[in-house]
Amino acid sequence: MNKRKGRGRFIFFCLAPALILYTIFMIYPTVKVFEMSLYKWTGFVGEKTFVGINNFIILLEDDYFLRSLQNSILLIVVVTVFTISLSLTFAGILTREKIKGQSIFRIIFYIPNILSIVVISAIFSAIYDPANGLLNSFLALFKPGDAEPVYWLGDQKIVIYSIIIAMIWQAVGYYMVMYMASMSAVPVSLYECADLEGASHIKQFFSITLPLIWTNIRTTLTFFIISTINLSFMIVKAMTDGGPDGSTEVFLSYMYKQAYTNSSYGYGMAIGVVVFAFSFALSGIVNGVTKRENLEY
Amino acid sequence: MRKKMNGGRGLSQLIIYVVLSALAISIVVPVAWVFMASLRQDNEFYGSPWTLPAGLHFQNFADAWGEARMGEYFLSSVLVTGMGIILLLALALPAAYALSRFRFRGHKVTGIFLMAGLFINMNYIVVPIFLMFVDADKALRTLFGGPFFMNNLFILALVYASTALPFTIYLLTGYLSTLPKEFEEAAYVDGAGYFATMIKVIMPMAKPSIVTVILFNFLFFWNEYILSMTLLTEMNGNRTLPVGLMNLMKAGKAAAHFGQMYAGLVMVMLPTLILYIFVQKKLTQGMTVGGLKG
Repeated sequence: MNKRKGRGRFIFFCLAPALILYTIFMIYPTVKVFEMSLYKWTGFVGEKTFVGINNFIILLEDDYFLRSLQNSILLIVVVTVFTISLSLTFAGILTREKIKGQSIFRIIFYIPNILSIVVISAIFSAIYDPANGLLNSFLALFKPGDAEPVYWLGDQKIVIYSIIIAMIWQAVGYYMVMYMASMSAVPVSLYECADLEGASHIKQFFSITLPLIWTNIRTTLTFFIISTINLSFMIVKAMTDGGPDGSTEVFLSYMYKQAYTNSSYGYGMAIGVVVFAFSFALSGIVNGVTKRENLEY
Repeated sequence: MRKKMNGGRGLSQLIIYVVLSALAISIVVPVAWVFMASLRQDNEFYGSPWTLPAGLHFQNFADAWGEARMGEYFLSSVLVTGMGIILLLALALPAAYALSRFRFRGHKVTGIFLMAGLFINMNYIVVPIFLMFVDADKALRTLFGGPFFMNNLFILALVYASTALPFTIYLLTGYLSTLPKEFEEAAYVDGAGYFATMIKVIMPMAKPSIVTVILFNFLFFWNEYILSMTLLTEMNGNRTLPVGLMNLMKAGKAAAHFGQMYAGLVMVMLPTLILYIFVQKKLTQGMTVGGLKG
């Protein structure tokens, strides 16, 4: 009897600190995001008036928000398509082909993932520098003479693609390692059979490897949506801060800007709510569309 | 026939190596270039970026460390990361232990409640956390005459640890529930209490998963900058390294102190690179166990 009482107390003291802090610093702020989105809330404290869904109505007519929506969707689609194709290809090569220095390649490809986003932004700023950047001076080798430099981060039409390249560079290694893990679980006997029947490695990749790791690819699609939204914010914040003239504004960078620079906390949180709902809905749709019969091996 | 096949093999092998090397070069060259740039003198930055530095200008590091205050920021980062990891382990280990080894009333609900946190990303809740601290400080100032929550490294570490809880508990619970029950039963028979059993019997066995947790969260805490930028706002006050680097980038470009800027960049990434060299295997394995990204 005494022991049982001690048991309950032990469990309580194990869980209570974690649960309390988790509630204060994660659950409460999350609830607050939804609550604040219904208020017109300006300045640090004080003035707040309940406006219902008014913030959301304004949002629909806010050109800057629509632009950030456009940019975010472009980023999600392009970054996902390129990263997934590259990382699947590299994972396929590194698990299936006999490559000298296989582990060296794996180690190098994963490096961007351990660097801070600020570091990555600084590196890409050096690469993209119009006058003395690595990229322009490299390109100058191919077009002699005084060609007009490309403004990778200054030209409104180009800058979003410069961000895309940085994001793909950052993500390829991470997803590659992930796909390598599930690819190495595919039984070798399947490939041996295919070899005997004379199927090329490319054919094997598409008709054995891809179908068998499909579940894993589906899961990563959700990661892509969520992490592109988050990482695009962190990269944009450190590299261009949404500029020039809003051409790289993404969902969360616009939210942050509204909340801090503009002190429209309520409006900023309404953006947060919409983005949250958007990412959930998109993940749901993608999950439904990519559903296939589960293959087992 | 055989010869023809071999020829095709050779060509596709070649293409594979070219493609692999292209990506590897695109990663190694910029990183190596930063190391090189950190040793240049400021006036060397106006020429071609591809020349080797004229000399080894280590003064850049001294300038970044002192003048640009990266030394102080380095210390702050070490403190925040260290405190964050200690707090995280102190909070998450007992919680994961209770969740994985005991069945109690509300067990399932508690588990689901914590796992819901996996879907909450820090970037969304930065603003309410910031406002919460500003409000609390305002109240404290009228009561005790001093703020506490903003610009406090310990509080920053506490928030880091709290937001890392769901994933860490998820990871540890998964590992702990695979350990056989006999060890605890033997300990109870020997008269050990619950607490002693947890510390002396279970924790040593959980070491591999604890190492994984430390590695991931070291990278997360060390590299994070959005929350740090938001909660450490005092003019000329404390910063963590990534935020310091961001300021240095802005200032460095304006004042043309390029060497200093790249030296600061090296200071931020060198610790993670060194760690990575030693533990890269563990890291890429651990990732597939956890399989989740913030």
